[in-house]
Amino acid sequence: MSQVSMTVNGKSASGEIEGRTLLVEFLRENLGMTGTHVGCDTSQCGACVVHVDGKAVKACTMFAAEAEGANVTTIEGMANEDGSLGTIQQAFQDHHGLQCGFCTPGMVMSAAALLADNPNPSEVEIRDYLEGNICRCTGYHNIVKAIMAAAGHDVSKIAAE
Amino acid sequence: MYAFDIERPTRLTDAVKLLSDATDSQLIAGGQTLIPTLKQRLAMPERLVSLGAVDEIKGICTGDDGALCIGGGTTHADVAAGAGAYPALAGLAANIGDPAVRNRGTIGGSLANNDPSACYPSAVLASGATVVTNARQIAADDFFDGLFATNLEEGEIITEVRFPVPDAAAYMKFEQPASRFALVGVFVARFSGGVRIAVTGASEEGVFRWSEAEAALAGNFSAGALDGLSLSGDGMISDLHGSGDYRAHLISVMTRRAVAAA
Repeated sequence: MSQVSMTVNGKSASGEIEGRTLLVEFLRENLGMTGTHVGCDTSQCGACVVHVDGKAVKACTMFAAEAEGANVTTIEGMANEDGSLGTIQQAFQDHHGLQCGFCTPGMVMSAAALLADNPNPSEVEIRDYLEGNICRCTGYHNIVKAIMAAAGHDVSKIAAE
Repeated sequence: MYAFDIERPTRLTDAVKLLSDATDSQLIAGGQTLIPTLKQRLAMPERLVSLGAVDEIKGICTGDDGALCIGGGTTHADVAAGAGAYPALAGLAANIGDPAVRNRGTIGGSLANNDPSACYPSAVLASGATVVTNARQIAADDFFDGLFATNLEEGEIITEVRFPVPDAAAYMKFEQPASRFALVGVFVARFSGGVRIAVTGASEEGVFRWSEAEAALAGNFSAGALDGLSLSGDGMISDLHGSGDYRAHLISVMTRRAVAAA
């Protein structure tokens, strides 16, 4: 066992880990932050996406030890300071960008990474960026719509499909 | 996963030292292949030596000879954003895996692994790039050595890849949609001295050069120059995604598209 320290959602966090402890295990099991989900555990589905030093990564395919000293943001860090939903989260609620909700934490984190790089993405760019996030309810249409709304697009003319 | 320790040296010399001591060590770069491998218990190292904190092997610059020099620890995302001087290479990097994978996976890790369906080996071979390690320089034509095998020695670390920038180039990837690896990928590079074509995803021997097509394109760099040329399906990968004959056919198609796009 060894010690790891990082900043998670603006607060310092540390704990005892094994070499093989994944970042997602550290977040969920050591810190009790279960908002980050483990879907496939094979780096395909994207339910575990978090930001490490501002970049979206799959937390099931990164060791906790590799996040030593890093600045990590998880879905728990996406709400506003007063606890109300952040812009992207609110857009997912407003536009029904989720069905069962399992993929949602990863979808929101990927959306946040995209909008940080490209504040005004087209629908094609959004769909392209989400290629590593899988929704098995196949609710992509409203997810994309929610992200477009969060980016400030007028989505009122886009019908549900 | 079996249990192991992780070391995170910050200097290349310390990483080299760790790899040469008595502990059974495995290098880890971005881990996008190695971590899934460890999860399946297909590897059992006593210790991982991470290159994640070795900043001296990250980054992109232009060499005195005009070559684009990419540090071995540079992520696909950083190559996509920073290799503008070689657009075909930047475009290749921008289409590996998905955004989150591109933020972790590195060029050095991809080359050292030499997956027969990986994208980077085709760029390195078609560009006639030089793979620089902590010990020596290896020409692309000598680097790749069959399925998941390279000319690298135990404990040797890829520090840099030097790409001569061609006059024209393009990479065309027929994507296997589930894995996003190349079902077939063809990288075409035209230099003043000739044309180099490298094919990934197809051969059971890994990345290879299609010399007949190179010769045909040398005098006439157009898709039409490839008319009548084809490859046999013998020795091509056959799996549930496509037969050897199908892959051989795709090589012709993707080469034509790459020439047209270059």
